[in-house]
Amino acid sequence: MDTEITLRVDGGTHPLTVDTRTTLLDALRERLRITSPKKGCDHGQCGACTVLLDGRRVNSCLVLAVTVDDAEVTTSDGLAEGDREHPLHRAFLDNDAFQCGYCTPGQVCSAAGVLAEARAGWPSTVTDDLTAADVDLTDDEIRDRMSGNLCRCAAYAHIVPAVAAVAEAEGVRR
Amino acid sequence: MREFRYERATDAASAVALLAAESDGAFLGGGTNLVDLMKLGVATPGVLVDVRRSTSTEVIDLPDGGLRIGAAVPNADLAADRRVRERFPVLSQALLAGASGQLRNRATTGGNLLQRTRCGYFTDVTRPCNKRAPGSGCGALEGVHRNHAILGQTLEGPGTCVATHPSDMAVALTALDAVIRVLGPDGERAVPMADLHRLPGEDPSRDTTLRHGELITAIDLPALGMPSRYRKVRDRASFAFALVSIAAAVRVTDGVVADARLALGGVAHKPWRASAAEEALRGRPATEESFAAAADAELAAATPLRDNGFKVPLARNLVVRTLLQLTEGTR
Repeated sequence: MDTEITLRVDGGTHPLTVDTRTTLLDALRERLRITSPKKGCDHGQCGACTVLLDGRRVNSCLVLAVTVDDAEVTTSDGLAEGDREHPLHRAFLDNDAFQCGYCTPGQVCSAAGVLAEARAGWPSTVTDDLTAADVDLTDDEIRDRMSGNLCRCAAYAHIVPAVAAVAEAEGVRR
Repeated sequence: MREFRYERATDAASAVALLAAESDGAFLGGGTNLVDLMKLGVATPGVLVDVRRSTSTEVIDLPDGGLRIGAAVPNADLAADRRVRERFPVLSQALLAGASGQLRNRATTGGNLLQRTRCGYFTDVTRPCNKRAPGSGCGALEGVHRNHAILGQTLEGPGTCVATHPSDMAVALTALDAVIRVLGPDGERAVPMADLHRLPGEDPSRDTTLRHGELITAIDLPALGMPSRYRKVRDRASFAFALVSIAAAVRVTDGVVADARLALGGVAHKPWRASAAEEALRGRPATEESFAAAADAELAAATPLRDNGFKVPLARNLVVRTLLQLTEGTR
């Protein structure tokens, strides 16, 4: 059943007619040719499709496009400012935090979400003191908070220090 | 995926009216479970009524020290709410133990309660499942059931079902005696958390006691006033469903258990209120022996399957260990 929507993605505005069954991921990739979000499992289990929806990380494969025509979508592409990469992009390069790179845009968006959640003081399941005012993104914290992103090349040992480097620079890691 | 019409409701009453008029519609919250089930062909609604703007996204204080949680509050926001972290840590811990950061950002409180079982026979339309296709049988009974129920199953007849309820949050809400506020075509009603979910009985297709068109609008938490904790045992450290979990709150006075609330997850078709264990604890000395006796009292009714007998001692040990932790310093 066709429905007219407007998607706002990475600063651009895109009027679209979509079948109501279209996910945000498919609308981005197949209709708008914005291909940094990747389709891995298509069931919310791998995180390759992670984007920021009004600044919050979500699995775009489980979001119907018709439900977000009033939201701002940011992909890994959109995190860059023009030609200047986002600090997370630079940290992933510096730490060699990928092999094939397929999961990387989702990892980067998820990490951006992790940093925002830590700045907001959100705890995780490995946080000892739930009432603590500040979050300290230890390696354990990063591992738990990034657990919604799988890397079949198993670059985890480099992803954790990449996220840690930016967390330290942003003051959410001691 | 079957074609569907999409409707967006701006308030709860219009959402209820929209759905009540449809025979095969469904409410859409965050969609993290429903959209997946639609892709799998397990859920086939002809109409989706989007209710993310129909109910509150706020958590407000109740006069008695409790909280009212709007049904559209995302799981992540609820877990991070300072009042929940301080007054109801069991609820924050349960939420944070569930799913992933991405899913918790999108999933709603009301939707979390109404998520379906992750039984592999339910989610595979080529397999028999009395919950998905009543009368087709239960593939799990003699099949892959390592992570299925040990309590309250229906083990024979057309209602056979050994599925578990997957929510962590619901286990905490059960121990907290939460009250579910519901709006339906006939008006509002309040459903005690213990009465929201069903055991499979003769009809495993129905997970809850909600009627057609009824919408969860809010969840009320009465004041707790005692220490509480959630613990979850799973196959890996993060982003996995529970093998067994526990939500516990206990108050010890002069070395004696004055009050105790216990609920188990991963063991039954609904969050399992451990009433027999609670009964066995009250008035008893807060010792490891009492805790073990209480766990045994609850688990005496267990009917484990061929491959999930390990859950019985696991649940026992989890009850004992969690109560010991919660009462440390008061024993």
